[in-house]
Amino acid sequence: MARYFLKRLAALSLSLIVASLVIFALIEVTPGDPASFMLGLNAAPETVAALREQMGLDRPLPLRYLGWVAGMLSGDFGQSYTYKIPVADLVAARLTVSLPLALLALALAVIVAVPVGLIAAARRGRATDAAIIAGTQVGIAVPNFWFAMLLVLLLAVKWRLFPAGGFPGWSDPLAALRALTLPAIALALPQAAILARVLRSALIETLGQDYIRTARAKGLSRAQALTRHALRNALIPVLTILGMQFSFLLAGAIIIENVFYIPGLGRLIFQAISQRDLIVVESVVMILVFAVILVTFLTDLAYALVDPRLRRRA
Amino acid sequence: MIRPLLILGAALSLTALAAALLSLVWTPYDITQMAIAQKLRPPSPAHWAGTDHFGRDIASMLMAGARTSLAVALVAVGIGMGVGVPLGLAAAARRGSWIDELIMRGNDLIFAFPSLVIAILITAVFGPSALNAIIAIGIFNIPVFARVSRAGALSLWTLDYIRAARVAGKSRTRISAEHILPNIANLLIVQGTIQFSLGILAEAGLSYVGLGAQPPTASWGRMLAEAQTFVTLAPHVALAPGLAIVATVLGLNLLGDGLRDALDPRLRGRVA
Repeated sequence: MARYFLKRLAALSLSLIVASLVIFALIEVTPGDPASFMLGLNAAPETVAALREQMGLDRPLPLRYLGWVAGMLSGDFGQSYTYKIPVADLVAARLTVSLPLALLALALAVIVAVPVGLIAAARRGRATDAAIIAGTQVGIAVPNFWFAMLLVLLLAVKWRLFPAGGFPGWSDPLAALRALTLPAIALALPQAAILARVLRSALIETLGQDYIRTARAKGLSRAQALTRHALRNALIPVLTILGMQFSFLLAGAIIIENVFYIPGLGRLIFQAISQRDLIVVESVVMILVFAVILVTFLTDLAYALVDPRLRRRA
Repeated sequence: MIRPLLILGAALSLTALAAALLSLVWTPYDITQMAIAQKLRPPSPAHWAGTDHFGRDIASMLMAGARTSLAVALVAVGIGMGVGVPLGLAAAARRGSWIDELIMRGNDLIFAFPSLVIAILITAVFGPSALNAIIAIGIFNIPVFARVSRAGALSLWTLDYIRAARVAGKSRTRISAEHILPNIANLLIVQGTIQFSLGILAEAGLSYVGLGAQPPTASWGRMLAEAQTFVTLAPHVALAPGLAIVATVLGLNLLGDGLRDALDPRLRGRVA
């Protein structure tokens, strides 16, 4: 187990190093000098040069890379060019919106997908199953920003149940939750459809196993065998997907956050890119990549703990 | 055996393709022709999908938009296959070697990147255009095809006729090209269809936030972005492009699923 852990840890560190190099290189080739961007078109060349020096932009590339990485390791992600506050504070503030949004969407997806997947598997091959499959096919095909527009049109404009956009802050938790509801539904739709399909096929796979037949032979009803034995075993592929979906929801909310004008991490990246606030882009993307790699690492580790076969295979 | 879903999928996909091809030579109206007096008209015999806020014919724009969507997604799949399949085959041919390890770790790494963020970054760095959208979407197709072709090839390498070819003195590269590739073609076609539909969704998303094809090129995503302002006045301007995307993506997904079942005899008779 220790060997497996160390091997995975080495792979994790290597991935992070390569990822940081790629992100740094990508930002380097971005046209537009942040210093001249900040000072505007009419700035004197000396002023720009002075600002470049102050921002450390005149140092050689390897030094700047090492400085960036060393800063991140000590929790210093640099200073935003446009907001003039530390990137860490900026990200922390945005996370108070993006994290609840991602969790809300994930919870909605699970609440819908688990019963739907269970019913489809239990009614496999019948009309209910066919209807559910058709529904999930449509759910996957709908672009979530279009679904968001329809939600706004119906639930916000016509019936006035939810606000059409914006975020009031957490001082009024109820209003905040209401503001996050429509974006969360829009984000959850495709995820719920994918999750329901994965759960359904995992359940059908498990239901064919001998121990389910044994459980049935012992006198358990179909529903009991399904919920007590099959569901638990079918959860492994579902958890993998959930892990991936969580990181996707955190980063993939860019478009939805833009539809609803929600000040989350996605909108921050989008604005930072258009304002050439490269240090923010660089650090936020790195944090997101780190989160994805960490989630994958933890999922792998959790499997190895649960399923000893996986340890040997590594 | 009749497969209604496969036929539905093929019909929807072919409709989108036909609309795209037809738009090259004919659209009901010129998509750049504005007629402000005719703006935001609901569907009518003259404009069967209505007109937008500039009075442009929505049906014509949908046809031209199909061209953009399909072209972007198709080339992105081409990039993914063109780079990913050789990598996957090379990894499988040298299973367990450092080449395999390098290729697979590289794959994992690309998977770890939040694709949408990187796609937005790429289009922002190199400027918003259809071409950069293609590259951004295509890069994330590479690991998908590498993984699928490696997995497919690995099981083939254990078969007797491949071993026989080895013994006969054929190089690993030749075996990969002559024996492995034709046998994983089915897998690649199915995966290609799925990536194609994902590509259409991705293109719509990118052009919705203004990072895809630029005006005057028509695109479904940008039509939706423009419709957003008028959606309460004239819901039809937002409905038409959205339905076009759903129908095309749904069609391709059904086609992919249907092909997988039809091409894989083991799945025959099983409900997927």
